[in-house]
Amino acid sequence: MAQTPRSEARTGLKLISPTAIYVILLLAVPLATVLVYSVMTGGRGIVSFPLTFENYAELWSKSVYGYIMLKSLLVALVVTAATVILAYPVAYFVSFHVKPERKSLWLFLITIPFWTSYIIRVSLWFVILGFGGVLDSTLAVVGLQPLNLASYSILSIIIVLAHAYAPFAVLPIFVSLEKVDRSLLEAGQDLGESRWVTFLRVTLPLSMPGVIAAALIVFIPTVGDYVTPELVGDGKEPMIANLIETQLLKLQNFPQGSAFAVASMLMVGIVSVAFVLWNRRFIGGSK
Amino acid sequence: MKKAPGLRSYTLFYLLFLYGPILLLPIFAFNDSRVVAFPLQGFTTGWFAEMAADQNLRNAAKNSLIIALSVATISTVLGIFAARASVRYRFPGKGPLMSMIMLPLVLPEMIVAMALLVVLLSIGIPLSLFTVILGQTLICTPFAVAILTSAFQSLDRSLEEAALDLGETPWSTFRLIILPLVMPGILASFLICFTISFDEFIIANFLGSGQPILSVYIFGQFRFPAKVPSMLALGTLLVLLSIILLGFAEYMRRRGIAKAGGKVSGGFL
Repeated sequence: MAQTPRSEARTGLKLISPTAIYVILLLAVPLATVLVYSVMTGGRGIVSFPLTFENYAELWSKSVYGYIMLKSLLVALVVTAATVILAYPVAYFVSFHVKPERKSLWLFLITIPFWTSYIIRVSLWFVILGFGGVLDSTLAVVGLQPLNLASYSILSIIIVLAHAYAPFAVLPIFVSLEKVDRSLLEAGQDLGESRWVTFLRVTLPLSMPGVIAAALIVFIPTVGDYVTPELVGDGKEPMIANLIETQLLKLQNFPQGSAFAVASMLMVGIVSVAFVLWNRRFIGGSK
Repeated sequence: MKKAPGLRSYTLFYLLFLYGPILLLPIFAFNDSRVVAFPLQGFTTGWFAEMAADQNLRNAAKNSLIIALSVATISTVLGIFAARASVRYRFPGKGPLMSMIMLPLVLPEMIVAMALLVVLLSIGIPLSLFTVILGQTLICTPFAVAILTSAFQSLDRSLEEAALDLGETPWSTFRLIILPLVMPGILASFLICFTISFDEFIIANFLGSGQPILSVYIFGQFRFPAKVPSMLALGTLLVLLSIILLGFAEYMRRRGIAKAGGKVSGGFL
């Protein structure tokens, strides 16, 4: 049955409208509100005019805020790097050394932990790394000194986050490795390159889009993580999400909290764009 | 296939790292000691009994169930609309609208929760289980859309045209032909949204106004060392539940694609 483009457009719009309206009301409007609040004057629980950039100035001038932003950024970048580097060989193994009919099974095994309760996984680390916890008591049984990792809050936070987001990184890398034309690798080796050089000059650059996608998928939730600093870091090393919570909920300073939220979205946005631009270089280079 | 013993053992080691903490759950859930540490002290099912007797926990579980069922239903329905529209029709503004719907996937959840919270507090809507449902639906809908899009894509357009040619109305075609074919995708979407919602913490915590909800309750209890073992017992059950639900969802998804004549590849994401 042929449809004119106009009636097709009308049907499509009608069909998508419930979802679109839901998202506009509950996501677009709230995000716009946060943006507006961030340039308003605020007190406890109230927002008022005049419009001002003071909230952002506050963010720049108070070194503790800058420190928390920077710390979140660095922790997220370290976690991202660790996760991606650790995941790459796994994705490579599944793509190149597992029989095609067994690949789904391996991927399923890798993704299952992601689907088990995040709160339980993080809480478990709290029990593992804590004072006299599973790790230190195991070391004691073997006759080694306790590591007391819990007293190194930032290190614990990095370990826990790297574990929590690990499965995220494998899938995109795997997908890009699957797309690598196997005949290119044979060509490389036929032309006398060693296996390692072929990997560095062919496979790795061709799989970079997957690596960058993986980095983004890990970076975005880690930079905004709330639970891990709260539980594993015992609240002593707050990250951005904890800071936003303090301003918005505990101090009820909506404009200041909104400014932090906008600033952190900007930070995520800038890093994401940087990743995407980097990605473009590889797509361009592999013509 | 070339053998790669080094890579293979690395991958197994990696899996061990991924599963390590989860494997500790059953070990210490059955361990007869309040202190979660080695060496083990003997076998007990006492922690499961303690867990089952906890009235607050039951309340929290009931609330979580109400939330997860509602969220899974609403997200899947919203997902059907969006996925069907984006696969089948061309219309103006499709790109921006679809990106808006998928946006929660690339936004830190804290930002979504806080933005929603600010608006709710400003217009004076009291926080309740209902507001948690509203927020979690936002998070789950992109997953529903992703799963349902692949279900609708594997649909053969000519079946639909045949039904219309034979005099069915668009609605009866949808009900009699399309719906049964994408049913496995709908079920998979429902199960995955249910699992995400059941495990979700940030929105449950901030939009729930302290109502007992399972994930929030677990988060609170882990701070009391005496409560940890019964939480591990609970965790063991929840992990089992997640694995069963997801195994079933994956089975339905594959059956759906196979039914429509497609080729199964990859996992959920």
